[in-house]
Amino acid sequence: MFRTARQRITFSDIMVWVIGLSIAVVVVWGTISTLQSGKYSAESWFDLVIKGLALGGVYALIAMGYTLVYGILRMINFAHSEVFMSGPFTAVFLAQALNESGFLNRQPLLSILAIAVVSMLVSMTIAILVERVAYRPLRNAPRLVPLITAIGASFFLQYTFRGFYGSGFEAYPTIETLNGSWVFGGVQLFKTQAVVIISAFLMMFLLYAIVMWSKLGKAMRAVSEDKEAAALMGIDVDKIIVFTFALGGAAAGAGGVLYILQFPVVHFYMGFIPGLKAFTAAVLGGIGNVPGAFLGSMVLGLLESVGPNLFLDGLGIPTASQLKDAIAFIILVFILIFRPSGILGERLTKSKA
Amino acid sequence: MSTKDFDWKLVLRSGLLGGAIAILLSLIGIVTGFNETYIIYKVITFGELLVLGPILAFSFAALRRTSSSDSGVRFTTGALAGLTSGLVLLAFVGIGQVINLRAVFVNASPDLYAMLSYNQSLPIGMLLRLLVSGLVGLIVAGFTLLPTRLKQALGQGLIYVILIGLMGRLIGTVMTNWGFVSLLFEWMFASSGMSFLGAIVLFLLVGGLAYWRAGRPKVKPRLEPKKQQTVRWATLAGVGLVLIFLPNILGLWFSEILDNVGLFILMGLGLNIVVGFAGLLDLGYVAFYAIGAYTIGVLTSPELGFFNLTFWQAFPFALIVALIAGVLLGLPILKMRGDYLAIVTLGFGEIIRLLALSDWLKPWLGGTQGIQRIERPVIGLGNFTIELISQQQLYYLILAGIILVAFIAFRLRDSRLGRTWMALREDEDVAVAMGINHVATKLTAFAMGALFSGIGGTIFAAKIGSIYPSSFQFLVSINILSLIIVGGIGSIPGVFVGALALMGLPELLREFAEYRYLFYGAALVAMMLYKPEGLWPEARLKLELHEDEIPPPGDPVPSTEGS
Repeated sequence: MFRTARQRITFSDIMVWVIGLSIAVVVVWGTISTLQSGKYSAESWFDLVIKGLALGGVYALIAMGYTLVYGILRMINFAHSEVFMSGPFTAVFLAQALNESGFLNRQPLLSILAIAVVSMLVSMTIAILVERVAYRPLRNAPRLVPLITAIGASFFLQYTFRGFYGSGFEAYPTIETLNGSWVFGGVQLFKTQAVVIISAFLMMFLLYAIVMWSKLGKAMRAVSEDKEAAALMGIDVDKIIVFTFALGGAAAGAGGVLYILQFPVVHFYMGFIPGLKAFTAAVLGGIGNVPGAFLGSMVLGLLESVGPNLFLDGLGIPTASQLKDAIAFIILVFILIFRPSGILGERLTKSKA
Repeated sequence: MSTKDFDWKLVLRSGLLGGAIAILLSLIGIVTGFNETYIIYKVITFGELLVLGPILAFSFAALRRTSSSDSGVRFTTGALAGLTSGLVLLAFVGIGQVINLRAVFVNASPDLYAMLSYNQSLPIGMLLRLLVSGLVGLIVAGFTLLPTRLKQALGQGLIYVILIGLMGRLIGTVMTNWGFVSLLFEWMFASSGMSFLGAIVLFLLVGGLAYWRAGRPKVKPRLEPKKQQTVRWATLAGVGLVLIFLPNILGLWFSEILDNVGLFILMGLGLNIVVGFAGLLDLGYVAFYAIGAYTIGVLTSPELGFFNLTFWQAFPFALIVALIAGVLLGLPILKMRGDYLAIVTLGFGEIIRLLALSDWLKPWLGGTQGIQRIERPVIGLGNFTIELISQQQLYYLILAGIILVAFIAFRLRDSRLGRTWMALREDEDVAVAMGINHVATKLTAFAMGALFSGIGGTIFAAKIGSIYPSSFQFLVSINILSLIIVGGIGSIPGVFVGALALMGLPELLREFAEYRYLFYGAALVAMMLYKPEGLWPEARLKLELHEDEIPPPGDPVPSTEGS
């Protein structure tokens, strides 16, 4: 799109601004009236914030996959939500088996680690397979083509899982050590949430370290900057792309394990909504940008958990939490309209966009 | 034979992949699911075909990559690839005997193992499986050595036998209406699939015909223009007559399927304008469908009791609302590129569904309970009126809608507007530089698509009589997208082909319904990989997608242009 010279302000720009402003007014008005009504105590806000952070941590790990792949191939890996889903599915069956043998509650830390590692491996394998089968042969095809394959791959994976494990819900066994909560002066912190937030932070830091400081990460950034030049410098581009998918897949698998600690049920359609939201988070933070994905995820998690009560409750909307997904999607739409480069993203130059 | 030509790695890889895919299909449950569905009665089931299919496909792939034309090398390659696949299956059955795979995979049942070992005792069954796999490879190798003309004939015969065999029972059901004609064909079909004799006769008939046709000169003698005109009108009249009497010929159950397919054709034509002509990937197409349906529901349902209009009074409002929604969604996203646009439209579709589902809008939209008792359309004048209720009556409404929309789409395609859409699709920057107003052009594409989808929604509401938010899931958008892609992006006849193949076939083969989306997903990937232009391609798009295969005129050296 030509955006160099100062353009005329068109009718559509005005319409967009009107829509944006009216939503902003509604949000501010709703917030003020909610806060005035004093319906929620400080403790309940704290609960919501913690919940939002835990959710954000999961989104961040999933968003990594979108952001890394987008950074390199400039495509949305639509099948990533299914890569994520394979994590919880693996975790459930592993945990059930460990639970039956009693190992799960005897060695909780060890079993969680084992579950996480195996789930990450499975997600990684699926991510690599999808890249090999569905994306690699089409790397030079017109833009819409890989996007359509990605949608196809996503559906194929979803219904493969449905075929493998049935269309019902599988419950995740509870781990006794993670039950319960700590109470600090009136506010309570669930142990699972603490575990999720801390591990998400650690994982994100690890990923950041890999991308920024390892040799492979350096190669990855080089490829995302300029594929041809990187190849000329002796980087095996195909290998780096596979590594990117593997890294994103492993992160998504880890995110899946953390997700299932919070929502202990899996079914074959579970990847879709978290995947879409993680993508939203990646865009919100600036796609292609690792710290951006983290920031965007945290913001989205917070908005999603605090938002319905804060913005909508004051307007007298019943069961506002039903609309939390709608809030996430509205954020997505508006970010893409007003600042497609996201919070931390640099303006995409013409050649990249 | 020389061992030099023989590629061990290729054989091993193909064999392993073939076996792995067969196991994948088994674990998904398709194999056991179709174990009772015969292609040829008491000879081969569709489930067995699904096990042999991957083995066949991968030994074929191995043979295609084998450059040697030495029959010895080819037969060994085929047989060994098949045997490797067989060994993989054996290993799978063996592991299944030792470890209980069923704790994880619901379909790893004793039924599956029994089927894989041909209901024999394990050693004999496994040996049999191995032999059959090797034999498949051998047959494929023999097949590749045949002259092309014979290969084509055999291939066509086989495909027809499989397709007709799959639909055997259905064809039987339809024929019971046909009286004595059915006696002519009765011997061809069994209680499931075709009879052995029928299959052989069909195979010989189709294969023979294909062989004979391949021998004739390719170029058909052209008719004089006047005769061509007559032929065209006659065909049109014939198709028209068939279309008018179709519900009566096929009966009630088929009319229902026909209606569903028709609705999807209607919406496919609309999405084809957005995705195919203008190149805007819209994944939230279901939103307009929902908006059309909900507008009709809100305006007519006496249950909500706001307006109590009749269907036809509400109809224009539904169209206007859908159109406005199309423009409203179109405005903000005009500046986005392909993949962002896809995500935003997807989000929009979900927002609409979530709003319809929410308690907030329940007094107006009914929440989870949806809207019931939607008015049926009434046609006729004065005292002579008919309320369209049955599926056979609604068929004519849908048919009228399709004819109207298809006509508009055809005229639009070659109009000035249609050409600007395509120019935008090919290269937006160049199109804008040529003076095309991209805002107006994209908006009209969106609005037209929304309008057609809205029409589909209104008819859907009238057809079902009650609507629920669950009818408007993301899957509907995917259905429509799949059908236009399989049919051929941008191709109007392709929409019909795609809808018949993707909506009609699974409805006909009820057992198939469960694996529908699995099949769609695979079809989308496979189409993009092997035939991105679709089954009935649009000429221009086909050229573009196969750009690299055709040297540009006046430029013998293929240019290596980067993206």
